[in-house]
Amino acid sequence: MKKTVLSLAAAAAVLSFGSMSAQAATKACFIYVGPIGDFGWSYQHHKGLEEMKAALGDQVETAYLESVPEGADAERAIERFARSGCNIIFTTSFGYMDPTNKVAGKFPDVKFEHATGYKREHPNVATYNSKFHEGRYVQGVIAAKMSKAGVAGYIASFPIPEVVMGINSFVLGAQSINPDFKVKVVWANTWFDPGKEADAAKALIDQGVDIITQHTDSTAPMQVATERGIKAFGQASDMIKFGPTTQLTSIVDDWGPYYIERVKAVIDGTWKQQDVWGGMKEGHVVMAAYANMPDDVKKLAEETEAKIKSGSFNPFTGPITKQDGTEWLKAGEVSDDGTLLGMNFYVKGVDDKLPQ
Amino acid sequence: MFESILITIATAATPLLIASIGELVVERSGVLNLGVEGMMVMGAVTGFGVALATGSPWLGVLAAVLVGALFSLLFGFLTLTLVTNQVATGLALTLLGLGLSGMIGESFVGLPGVKMSYLYIPYLTDIPYVGKLLFGQDPLFYVSILLTAGVAWFLFRSRAGLTLRSIGDNHTSAHALGINVIGIRYLAVMFGGACAGLAGAYLSLVYTPQWIENMTAGRGWIALALVVFASWRPWRVLAGAYLFGAVSIGQLHAQALGIGVPSQLLSSLPYLATIVVLVLISRNRRLTMVNTPASLGRPFVPDR
Repeated sequence: MKKTVLSLAAAAAVLSFGSMSAQAATKACFIYVGPIGDFGWSYQHHKGLEEMKAALGDQVETAYLESVPEGADAERAIERFARSGCNIIFTTSFGYMDPTNKVAGKFPDVKFEHATGYKREHPNVATYNSKFHEGRYVQGVIAAKMSKAGVAGYIASFPIPEVVMGINSFVLGAQSINPDFKVKVVWANTWFDPGKEADAAKALIDQGVDIITQHTDSTAPMQVATERGIKAFGQASDMIKFGPTTQLTSIVDDWGPYYIERVKAVIDGTWKQQDVWGGMKEGHVVMAAYANMPDDVKKLAEETEAKIKSGSFNPFTGPITKQDGTEWLKAGEVSDDGTLLGMNFYVKGVDDKLPQ
Repeated sequence: MFESILITIATAATPLLIASIGELVVERSGVLNLGVEGMMVMGAVTGFGVALATGSPWLGVLAAVLVGALFSLLFGFLTLTLVTNQVATGLALTLLGLGLSGMIGESFVGLPGVKMSYLYIPYLTDIPYVGKLLFGQDPLFYVSILLTAGVAWFLFRSRAGLTLRSIGDNHTSAHALGINVIGIRYLAVMFGGACAGLAGAYLSLVYTPQWIENMTAGRGWIALALVVFASWRPWRVLAGAYLFGAVSIGQLHAQALGIGVPSQLLSSLPYLATIVVLVLISRNRRLTMVNTPASLGRPFVPDR
């Protein structure tokens, strides 16, 4: 009996392998850090997947895993995808960096795309990211115009370069309008916990900030801001429905074009390792409609956005002083991407000590 | 500002308190239900959906309580009637709840919900400094305090409570005395489920009035830990929930003040505080033994 079961299983395995090589569809797989219903980071990645699926139709087959914890668990999830016949695997959170590279070493024929990281240890690993900080600069400009207190509250997730860069860019934008502008930072130490994010927003408001911005993924801070009657910025998706009178704008991540391009490259056999860092110019970072602000502020925001979009202005242009008072960039000097991608210091005006 | 901080603490503590009180009754009857997180998240999605459809947060709460109780009935049937392993079944209930709620709530994502309004009593709520804290919070806050008082009275001052505790301490003896062990355990499990459902509704109707998948974010597990922390005493559950809430909110304020303590350390403070208190409480082993339901988690098959 046991033997029959075994041989049946073997036959099934052969069959499934046979059918796999017969079908032409390329399999694209995605790993998300949050639930696709977070209405933030993972939600937007999943929107990108759907866009890609709609564009490529029958040529592509997709699969995804949501709420995969960063770290050791991620390695198992990625490896399972690699074994299950995925041709390209997108791992969409910073914490998947080492697991992605580790699994990539074992599966040289599978392509790996890691979002927001910087390690490409194998030729089959590419990295991609968006210049969200460009949007945060625009938000800073708006915040300085709209805030009466001159202090904004920033709900941050983890002290990684990506987040630190966003805080700095926001502060620089605000200081371009009001040189004394301050930012209070609260680290939630999570990407997604609506309750905790709401509590962080309340704590910041109780301490006198009148603008809330966040680098965590839920809509909870927006709701708290609405309840307390102050303004806020959305994160990753357009959250205007949660704060019709609150949201000033939101940085919307649009991954669709990139996913279409990369999966197509796999289908055509032209996929190559690369490191893409697209911003407003490439259409990866889009600002939600400017709302709840006077026309002059709106105009200023649009001008700032246009300046960044055209490439004539980089948010990290000197003179910029670090938090400890030392000079980072001389007047007119523009930071190189390497420093930004490994950013581990604050600029002047951040009212917080960076967790190391 | 001080009043507003206290209210924030109460908001953070209330869902933990409600879920813990329910689980306390379940565990006092000798059943360990690890499915609190799952029942809570089911309550959250039901409460949100019904409130959205009817426009009434109270109907949402009612539906959440019912669904929580029904969902726990599944656990009851498996562990009490079919005598499956309680730990495994409880874990399965959590996984099922998380998955099922995500599926039910798929169309709710991105919709602003209905928020339960705060209590307002003329004059009383307007008292400076304490008015809002005492007379201006959400109605479920008062429910949670009454629930604690009610359970404390029931367990230690009523005959039915004595019966329930006797089952938790020794189900064989209770059975020999002619007490309907399984029946009472069913009721306890359903009470626990109803409370977890209510706690979930608190999240999706008061705390953060929206539906997001997995929005309980581990609060069910903290509620479970609080029961042990409180050595199965209702008022200690209240103290524990508020201690946990106070430290969680306090660390956010400490960060916003920019005091320069690593945020990772601050974030772990609520858990560290819980462990320290737990160690202090359990120093007296005899007292702990007296409070621990002796039949907790043990299967019971009545002999004829």
